[in-house]
Amino acid sequence: MAQDMALVELLYSLADDDFILAYRGSEWLGLAPHIEEDVAYSSINQDMMGHAVKFYSILEELGEGKADELSHMRAPERFRNAVLLEEKNGEGTYLEQPQFDWAFAVVRNYFYSIHKKIRMQSLKQSSYEPLTDSASKVLIELQYHLMHWETWFKQLMSSTDEAKKRMTAAIERCWNEMDGVLTLGPFAEEMTSKGYIASEEEMRKKWLVHMEKTFEQVGAPLPGGLGMTKGNGRQGEHTGDLHQALSTLSEVYETNPAAGW
Amino acid sequence: MTGIESKQMAETIYDVLQGVRDPEIDSVSILDLGMVEGVEVEGSLAKVGVLPTFTGCPALGIIQRDIVNAIIEVDGISEVEVNFLSKPIWTTDRITDQGKEQLKEFGISPPPANHTPGEPWEIPCPYCGSVYTTMENLFGPTACRCILYCRSCKNPFEAMKPVANIGDE
Repeated sequence: MAQDMALVELLYSLADDDFILAYRGSEWLGLAPHIEEDVAYSSINQDMMGHAVKFYSILEELGEGKADELSHMRAPERFRNAVLLEEKNGEGTYLEQPQFDWAFAVVRNYFYSIHKKIRMQSLKQSSYEPLTDSASKVLIELQYHLMHWETWFKQLMSSTDEAKKRMTAAIERCWNEMDGVLTLGPFAEEMTSKGYIASEEEMRKKWLVHMEKTFEQVGAPLPGGLGMTKGNGRQGEHTGDLHQALSTLSEVYETNPAAGW
Repeated sequence: MTGIESKQMAETIYDVLQGVRDPEIDSVSILDLGMVEGVEVEGSLAKVGVLPTFTGCPALGIIQRDIVNAIIEVDGISEVEVNFLSKPIWTTDRITDQGKEQLKEFGISPPPANHTPGEPWEIPCPYCGSVYTTMENLFGPTACRCILYCRSCKNPFEAMKPVANIGDE
């Protein structure tokens, strides 16, 4: 039987989003602003990696290949994550002169987590049962991530001028790429008509309503139109940052794909 | 094997599972943590249904191995199958009273009963029982724990995060 492309593409976008953002988060380990944040952020990344595994495992059951291979051996153009989530944390690497941008980490994770909650709430009503089961489990853990990122977001937005300046720059940057996260991609209509997930428009609207509330609370103006300037990851368009991430994270795995890591 | 024998065998297996512990909290068995959803015996095959606590918990593979190693020793069992189930969802109210006591022995305050998700909860110190405690970090050394400080006996301690099914908003 031919694969249900809408379902498979949806699963790839869910898995790849969490996978790549958790990877970027893992690069922060030891570099977060303070040690408690290192504990918290790495715990969140571990959860997110677990969520990615869940979605890759469903793909494995659908005959797409082994979960480990799906995450480590696919070519970049086969990834369906949003471009915003693959972007580097800042200048340098985690090994050499990491000039990472904490405001970008906070804003990217906060924006993403709000959308993830809306997406998971929709998947709880999905016509595809493995998705409803996974979403219920993910939502429980996500609740803690959201509390964490919302606290950072609101506190930094109510902090010093320097903090606000950095946050404002990060907000502008993420806003210009956020449509790439909110979009469902080329199979959007079919995903929705088959009852797998709510429509892109509905979820985008909910996300914006939440943002309006948050920005009002911190007394900041809501940015203008959302953008997707660097390509649509849902149709395999990516930046050099994804290539860099995948070659780094699969370096050990590729030395011996047959070994159990 | 008759139905009664299968049932007796399942009970034996439950006894054995009492000895399988969470590798990261080794004072508590996986039974008392509420992770075992069911045991079935078909001839010499034992099937154990297990509920993961947190999705990304790296201990799951070790727990799976420990379950197999423990049950395979039972007379009459030659094969063990461990299935991680996605339903029902593991929640902290599955932890038994004994499990809660054993968590305290490990220095972990057990999750509260009847907690509303998203609301703050009162966390007593596992050493002195005081609720004059502060949350230092919502996250801890493992996915299921958070870090606190007791202002009464001046000890840092950990607590298990409450995990309940979240209704729709």
